[in-house]
Amino acid sequence: MLKDITLGQYFPGNTAAHKLDPRTKILLVVLYIAALFTAKSILAYGLLAVTLAVCVRVSKVGLKALVRGLKPVLFIIVFTGVLNLFFTPGEEYLWAWGPFHMTEAGLRNAVFMVLRIMLLIMGTFLMTYTTSPISLTDGLERLLNGLKRFRVPIHELVMIMSIALRFIPTLIEETDKIMSAQKARGADFESGNIVQRAKAMIPILVPLFISAFRRADELATAMECRCYHGGEGRTKLHVLHYARRDYIALFFGCLILASVMVLRFMGF
Amino acid sequence: MSEMIQTENLRFSYPVEEGAAPVYALQGVDLAIKKGSFVVVLGHNGSGKSTLAKTFNAVLLPTEGVVYVEGLDTRDENQLLSIRQRVGMVFQNPDNQIVANVVEEDVAFAPENLGVPTEEIRQRVDNALKAVGMEEFVTHAPHLLSGGQKQRIAIAGVVAMEPECIVLDEATAMLDPIGRREVLSTVHRLNQEKGVTVVLITHHMNEAEDADRVIVMSDGRAVMDGTPKEVFTQVASLRSMGLTVPDTIDLLDRLQKDGVEVPLDALSVEECADAIAGAFDKISQEG
Repeated sequence: MLKDITLGQYFPGNTAAHKLDPRTKILLVVLYIAALFTAKSILAYGLLAVTLAVCVRVSKVGLKALVRGLKPVLFIIVFTGVLNLFFTPGEEYLWAWGPFHMTEAGLRNAVFMVLRIMLLIMGTFLMTYTTSPISLTDGLERLLNGLKRFRVPIHELVMIMSIALRFIPTLIEETDKIMSAQKARGADFESGNIVQRAKAMIPILVPLFISAFRRADELATAMECRCYHGGEGRTKLHVLHYARRDYIALFFGCLILASVMVLRFMGF
Repeated sequence: MSEMIQTENLRFSYPVEEGAAPVYALQGVDLAIKKGSFVVVLGHNGSGKSTLAKTFNAVLLPTEGVVYVEGLDTRDENQLLSIRQRVGMVFQNPDNQIVANVVEEDVAFAPENLGVPTEEIRQRVDNALKAVGMEEFVTHAPHLLSGGQKQRIAIAGVVAMEPECIVLDEATAMLDPIGRREVLSTVHRLNQEKGVTVVLITHHMNEAEDADRVIVMSDGRAVMDGTPKEVFTQVASLRSMGLTVPDTIDLLDRLQKDGVEVPLDALSVEECADAIAGAFDKISQEG
């Protein structure tokens, strides 16, 4: 059951989408999100959906994997859709039953909201699917480098993030082991109501936390033994370089955001 | 200067509650470890062997006495990085010392910390992985490797620092026999081909067979010190300290007790076989 956590999953590949600089991809996602929140018309949404479709095609990431990413937020999508659909105030009701009513504006809001959330999630997932966690954190560190001047501990935050990512599989494995050990002693995780099930998790969480602290302690010692002393004077094995394709991709990103803005300005 | 590590009246106590008398894990150790040697430190649990190892690269600082690494006092904070760069350390659990989720990134961790230029890091990573025989795994995820492979990556991570000495603190304790053999042959090769000083902390007697020198720790003191043959022939005193002896010596010891005339110092399997065959020849000639 713990095997299907998709958070931060990466599909290795050798496409143009994989080869883009991680900084470019982060910036593109930011542009994409800005465009999504600017879009107001079916034309604008259409443009953004086509953009995403092209990117997915280029990256060769299966549509299935992207749709699977939507699963955990299905509830939020449905909830937002229903709320917008039945409770948007309006003058002319298309349909009404008790407190529920449907207006033209409501129908429109619902469709747009659902589209927006879906495109948003698929867009960001496409980034994590095509970028290895290490280059993602690397890109983030370089992008936010300027904040160091304001004493924001960027290097430390990024180090924490990449170590967290590194330990996800280790801790999942450990959780599985602890669960088996508790099951062998007669623990029951599957039956009972929510409260009982939550209580059954305690004997898993306590040893997991204890061992995580022990690991953290040992890792800190091991890092110090390998001369870790913060970000000062650190060099890198892989140095990021913007290539021509990065400029082209960023140009198109800006172009799409601009066209969405123009569409909105023109009243579409 | 031919001493890699030198300790003088080294005493160490872990912090205790106020008012309680300090308990010394190390009670006066005087050692000098020669450059290029292969030293095995043996001892049962709680004998102070791991504590001793951690004082070698300033993870722990002596409560009393001094530790010198190539003449540098480990208490000198300004020398901390250059001491740690000289003496690399590999720990017991491979999972808890691998920092990155790609092999090459992990091996690059130490040179990155030392501010080595990018092109040289690349070279060091490739050389280190070749030295431990893991060059095909450059872009693998460490958590998918076997225990022995993970531990070899950890060794590569230390080798990339280009240290003069590697301390392995029970680095084989969590491994299966195959993994243990992989790790041991790797460190032996590093010792012979690159002249790296190796200090191997263990409680597996068999790992000490090929060492230049064996030190036995008990109750925070170095109680025996010599070549493997000198140490292992003292079967009775080893047993009294709760230590076993290598299987070969154990066999010869039992034969001797049964009245067969065999020498006790045949450590390797071949030597042991020769010794027993020789004893049989003698018996058949006499009888």
